[in-house]
Amino acid sequence: MHGIGKSFPGVRALWDVSLSLYPGEVLALVGENGAGKSTLMKILAGALRADSGTISIDGTDVSIASPRDAESRGIGMIYQEFNLVPQLTALQNIVLGNEPVRGAFLDERGARERARAVLEELGIQLPLDRTAAHLSVAQQQLIEIVKALSKHARIIVMDEPTAALTEREIDALFALIAQLKAGGAGIIYISHRMEELPRVADRITVLRDGAVVETRPAAQFPPGDVIRAMVGRPLDAHFPALDPVAADTSVVLDVRDLVRAPAVNGVSFAVRAGEIVGLAGLIGAGRTEIVRAIAGADVPESGVIAIDGTQIRIHAPHDGIAAGIAFITEDRKRQGLVLGMTVRENMTLAHLAQFVNRDHLISRRREEESARRMIDELRVRTPSPEQLVRNLSGGTQQKVVLAKWLLGKARVFLFDEPTRGIDIGAKAEIYGLMKTLLEGGAAIVMVSSELPEVLGMSHRILVIRGGRIVAEFSREAVTPDAVIAAAAGAAA
Amino acid sequence: MNAVLKNVWLRNAVLVVIVAIAMAIVNGLAHGEFLTRQNIFTVLEQISYNCILGVGQTFVIITAGIDLSIGSLVAVSGVVMAQVANHVGFTGVGLVVVTLLAGLAVGALAGWVNALPVVKLNLPPFITTFAMLEVTLGLSYIFSGGQPVAVNNAIFSNIGTGAVFGLPVQVIWMVVVVAIASVLLMGTRFGRYVFAIGGNEEAARLAGVATGRVKTLVYVISGMCAAIVGFMYMARFSSGSPDTGTHDELLEAIAAVVVGGTSLMGGQGSILGTFFGALLIGLLYNVMNLTHVDSYLQKVVLGVVILLAVVLDELRKRYLARN
Repeated sequence: MHGIGKSFPGVRALWDVSLSLYPGEVLALVGENGAGKSTLMKILAGALRADSGTISIDGTDVSIASPRDAESRGIGMIYQEFNLVPQLTALQNIVLGNEPVRGAFLDERGARERARAVLEELGIQLPLDRTAAHLSVAQQQLIEIVKALSKHARIIVMDEPTAALTEREIDALFALIAQLKAGGAGIIYISHRMEELPRVADRITVLRDGAVVETRPAAQFPPGDVIRAMVGRPLDAHFPALDPVAADTSVVLDVRDLVRAPAVNGVSFAVRAGEIVGLAGLIGAGRTEIVRAIAGADVPESGVIAIDGTQIRIHAPHDGIAAGIAFITEDRKRQGLVLGMTVRENMTLAHLAQFVNRDHLISRRREEESARRMIDELRVRTPSPEQLVRNLSGGTQQKVVLAKWLLGKARVFLFDEPTRGIDIGAKAEIYGLMKTLLEGGAAIVMVSSELPEVLGMSHRILVIRGGRIVAEFSREAVTPDAVIAAAAGAAA
Repeated sequence: MNAVLKNVWLRNAVLVVIVAIAMAIVNGLAHGEFLTRQNIFTVLEQISYNCILGVGQTFVIITAGIDLSIGSLVAVSGVVMAQVANHVGFTGVGLVVVTLLAGLAVGALAGWVNALPVVKLNLPPFITTFAMLEVTLGLSYIFSGGQPVAVNNAIFSNIGTGAVFGLPVQVIWMVVVVAIASVLLMGTRFGRYVFAIGGNEEAARLAGVATGRVKTLVYVISGMCAAIVGFMYMARFSSGSPDTGTHDELLEAIAAVVVGGTSLMGGQGSILGTFFGALLIGLLYNVMNLTHVDSYLQKVVLGVVILLAVVLDELRKRYLARN
């Protein structure tokens, strides 16, 4: 790709960007949200057209006007949000849009053979006849990869492929990438996780504000340098220092024998004021289900939940909110935001009662005041409170979700993957915000699949497996190995 | 409130302009018969029924639902009100109030039943309201014995054919319903929740919105709007007929909603849009009648105009999104 430029109304997204990819290498593409990574990759995939610049493959200039063009040139995209049809089987998804036919009919056997060939080549297993909705996130990811490879993709773009994967699944993915490299494919790998880069990348290209800042071989590009190049300034501390919690501090959230079969099977723990308890574990261990049951997103079958010593009954999310629980969900787009509504409307949604006048009408003026205050306090990058949330970047959207809960007077904050898919700058701000909440006496439960985050941002770590707490570590005593072993059941 | 109104007007600006231009052209074609006070009032009266049905439907459609039962609800509530009017021992205003309340209760009950399986079992509203369409159509024949039920008391016909300052009473009904519904949708928590549910029901639920209650209320409102229309017809014709409301009313109400810029996917829409949608359709019929367009051809034109209006609205939205 040479001299690629792209403008959207009001924004220059890319300035004269050039990058090259060699067969058999992994090029990591990093940068903060809004740096232009997605736009660049969408141009490569034919989803967007560049205003200027050329793309050449094997030395020949090519024109990529549509996703179909990109496909026929051997470019395969694996998007962060999977493009699977949940009701179709794994096999049907793999051949979707490219079904082998015999005459007018679908060639079921041909499809199966094609998928099997790719699976065999990769040495992986996949239940081809199960519907996509019933597969794990890691398996869904595999479907996307097999789909790309079955179309003979030689240039494979992976956008945050590990965002939803656990450590063990990531290892498997990296082994797969190594095989793809050995087969001569070139891979563009987009990630926000610095610690992965030395493991997977051959070269690293850093984008900032729509331009290439630097490209270096990965071996000569330590994470500290990468981060500096990304943000344009050194970020010395990822995680803010957490104040210790005294043993006599009062308990805010007390959970006893929480059950919601099959995912939650008797969980008891307490969180004190000013404390963060991290829930670690593999995907499917029941971590999300635990916080969902506390928040009332799913109704628990049995168990006792108390806040500040008062037992509460939770039948629906509004009961949890009334009791002082804020639940920041893992999936912003599906659970956290109404994308077609404005920043203001999203921010006030959970606490609209605050903004209703005596005449039962919503006070637009007070809504706007609060929205503007939150935009300032959280440094939400939006042109105005009236911007549709759909048009904001991932990190900015997450801040809107946080603002929604900060407008209430919650005592307990349940964070489920609070920094998934957002850039380092926004991450640091969210960690800072969590610390501010602690200083105000809040209790925090944080579910995270990013081990450094769990270790760096928790006073205590509870490891969940099979819907139970299988190990507990203090901040001082914890090691990554011990957590992984407990999560996988190896230490038992 | 000012900003809200401004927003609503902006959203409907395109429709208003189209309507205005069309009216000017048409008045010429119709030799000046079009822009007369009498004709305008006639059009407004004619659209009032479908506009009120459309207003109720707007709430439902913004939640990404649909209410197919409204036509039958007009019939059954009309028949019930005619029977009530003939059989209760009230007179004068008391009789009118009791009759109207009976009709509203029928509409509200039907709406509540419509919502029950939608809320509790997550069944598609297309199915539950379609079932309600059939059930209430049958009931309206049973309650009436298959014949229009004549209303004996003349007070209804006085109300139903009356006018205030020359304005037909139906138009007053429409203005009141549109005004109340507009404030309800644009100004209250309930209205905000209607949009939130249509935009992302799970996010709304997790934000503490009592989604079941809001959705139930939306179908109740739609049922009550149908009952109001049932009352208007009953009063106008001094009879409750099982045939009233069961022809083109459902589709034309939905057309008014859609032409008015409300998205069938939910999360977007406005009451004033529905009013203008109904107005556009009403004007179109009126114009074609004045210019003696063949009645079969009228249907073709209507279909094309509906499609055009929606396409134009979509293009306008895309244009706005880009700027």
